[in-house]
Amino acid sequence: MSKPKLAFYLAGGCGGCDMSIVDLSEALVDVATVLDIAFWAPTVADAKYKDLEAMPSGSIDVGLFSGNVRNSEHEHIAKVLRDKCKVLIAFGICAACGGIKGLVNLHTTEQLLETAYIDTFSTDNPDKVLPQVSYVENGKYELTLPALMDSKKLDEVVPVDFYVGGCPPHHTHVAKAVNAILTGQLPPAGSWITMGKAVCEVCDKNPVLQGKPKTFAKTVKRIYEGNPDPNTCLLEQGYLCLGPVTQGDCGSKCPSVDIPCRGCGGPIPGVKDFGLRAVSAIASMLDNEDLVDQIPDPVHLFYRYTLPSSFLGKRLKR
Amino acid sequence: MGILDIFRKKSQEGGNGMKKIEINPMTRLEGHGKITIFLDEQGNVENAYLQTVEFMGYERFLRGMPIEEVPRTVSTICGVCRGVHFTASMKASDGVFGVEPTPTAKKLRDIFFNAHMVEDHTAILYALGFPDFVCGPTAPPAERNLVGLIMKVGVDVGKLVLKKRAGAVKIFEMLGGRPIHPVAAVPGGWSKAITEEQRKEILTIADDLIELGKLTLDVFDKVVLQNKDYLDLVLSDAYKVVVNYLGGVDENGKITYYDPKEEVFVDTKGNEIARFKGKEYLDHIAERTLPWSYLKSPYIKKFGWKGIVDGDGTSLYSVGPLARFNVGGGFPTPLAQEAYEKMLNTFGGKPVHNILAYHWARAIELLSAAENIKALASDESITDKNVRQELTQVVGEGVGIVEVPRGTLIHHYKTDENAIVTEANLIVATTHNKGAINLAIKKAAQHFIKGGKVDEGILNMVEMAYRPYDLCFACATHTLPGRTPIELNIYSHDGELIKSLRNYEIA
Repeated sequence: MSKPKLAFYLAGGCGGCDMSIVDLSEALVDVATVLDIAFWAPTVADAKYKDLEAMPSGSIDVGLFSGNVRNSEHEHIAKVLRDKCKVLIAFGICAACGGIKGLVNLHTTEQLLETAYIDTFSTDNPDKVLPQVSYVENGKYELTLPALMDSKKLDEVVPVDFYVGGCPPHHTHVAKAVNAILTGQLPPAGSWITMGKAVCEVCDKNPVLQGKPKTFAKTVKRIYEGNPDPNTCLLEQGYLCLGPVTQGDCGSKCPSVDIPCRGCGGPIPGVKDFGLRAVSAIASMLDNEDLVDQIPDPVHLFYRYTLPSSFLGKRLKR
Repeated sequence: MGILDIFRKKSQEGGNGMKKIEINPMTRLEGHGKITIFLDEQGNVENAYLQTVEFMGYERFLRGMPIEEVPRTVSTICGVCRGVHFTASMKASDGVFGVEPTPTAKKLRDIFFNAHMVEDHTAILYALGFPDFVCGPTAPPAERNLVGLIMKVGVDVGKLVLKKRAGAVKIFEMLGGRPIHPVAAVPGGWSKAITEEQRKEILTIADDLIELGKLTLDVFDKVVLQNKDYLDLVLSDAYKVVVNYLGGVDENGKITYYDPKEEVFVDTKGNEIARFKGKEYLDHIAERTLPWSYLKSPYIKKFGWKGIVDGDGTSLYSVGPLARFNVGGGFPTPLAQEAYEKMLNTFGGKPVHNILAYHWARAIELLSAAENIKALASDESITDKNVRQELTQVVGEGVGIVEVPRGTLIHHYKTDENAIVTEANLIVATTHNKGAINLAIKKAAQHFIKGGKVDEGILNMVEMAYRPYDLCFACATHTLPGRTPIELNIYSHDGELIKSLRNYEIA
């Protein structure tokens, strides 16, 4: 049997998903010997877009797409990969749900540019110029830049077969996902590649796992307030933790260092809008309604990794 | 198809008599750096522009976020530089509450950050720096990468390096909570203390990392320094950019990373220009917005904006391993100091303006960071449980400055009385280098384009000119373990496109 063909593409992300693959470490060398890497861009040097386009439809077995979709190159390659790959995977939370970089959708492009290029403390911009899509420097050198767009998750652009959560997916989860791919043990199309348990279910602070009763949070605390008890559920102590609604393929990493989960693993099965479900889950675990007003920054808390996938859409542009 | 074939093909397409190559990169490829070169009447290089075409917008969308949530959020600016934005913003968050971390928390942060220095420098050198030399600067890009390097040096050596590097990632995860985009930051502290078993494990790994550092310097020595052609390239004027330098130093003036006592500027002759810490950066650095790039160009304020020019009197400066080498008075640890002296002797003094020497300084820093981990973890008191500072007030402003793998990183936040971010300012390492990288490209271009004749090796040589500065090319385009896709357009004095080259292919 010939080696399975793999393609990897980084769109609007941070490279963290690529680094998770590098973090497979020695196993990376072994993976490289059992897979035929047909395309890896822009991370592996020879980014042959033309060769990719020349391949027959469906000739690549698996495509991993990381990062969200924020410009026309991202969109174009997403469509090409969809055509060439038998299986296309939204790899990491940016591709799956928009990711942290999807928070740009809270603002207009003009607001984003003004802040970065005019308002910031160290900026020297006496004429209040912004980067231009087309600009003639010194009256003779014509220079062009791409226009900016809102962030989209991958399945807004092309159909996606599977989703992998995590910002980025932990390298042990990457290893499991690669193994599932190589052995063909994939879930039904449209599913997440996940063990299917929430962060809480693998968290050693979970009272249920310790045979203790669950209690409501009596306060809302910021992470620097007080000293969290390492053996007690963070949520019960008032540190708002999104473990109940987040896939726990990470192995509950953040709570293990006494830091609450922020949802990078993606929604537990059956949930479409992560933030709405998180609001409802947290609300149901608070002792009284007044505590809701103490939550300092709901949108960055509940939608930190999933804003472009929200039913609520984006801020109105006037 | 290898890079040489691409040159050949493109030069045939874009030769004399062809007005313009009909490819519009803007409709297809946007996530890449763009270089545009303009020639004068004689056909020599008049100007070169490196444009950064990506923009992320963190300064705006961090507004409204509680400051303690910022470190784990800004970390995602770059997943290659996985520990740097986290660390700079964590230090800024101390300032927002007007506190210093507890002594133990500070040491844990320091170990954590040095572990990042080791893994990042290793990844960058082996994935990007060494392939140029080990596989050869003109090897096809399909071979000139991490996998090609492993094939060349042998699977066993490749595995050994990756295994040792994994030790650094392990320390990073143990302390930071996650191997990428860590979470253990707390204003004035660290979320969790370590146990004695963990301390011992760090110590054991540190020995391995020191071995990795020695091995890496040995590879550099054998592959580059003992090869006359490569050494000549390192010393060549084509790869020399004369600018000022900025780097952080400890209380003894030595090179340090996590918490420099001060930042120091030296001029093109190596004389000290200024020292600053914290918010004083605003007195010394301003960033010019350039309408033709998404990257601003910082300059030394008291020299004024003079445009993108090098030589004595320029207001541009560089950061990163070579800048630290030029600014710092050596290293605090013995093996790194020994390597520093060897490099100093080779160049016969400082400052060194030969940009390929960035790779050498990077390899020395790898060893130095490994030695730092060992020294810090040898201190038995780091298992102390007091890792969180009591916070009693919100001062409302904080600046975090860290010497990260690619250079000086500055994060500056203002908050309201509830420690909610109202304004954010970030100057990343590659931004400081914007002017110098532009100059490096122009220099290389001038060297290889004469009288309208464009040497076909130009693209490769131009790539070698920007790669030393920041091999992941800004926390903006994120291209490990490969290269930034670059398009290079050359225009005649009449504005005619006479050649278009790129290191990727397009449909």
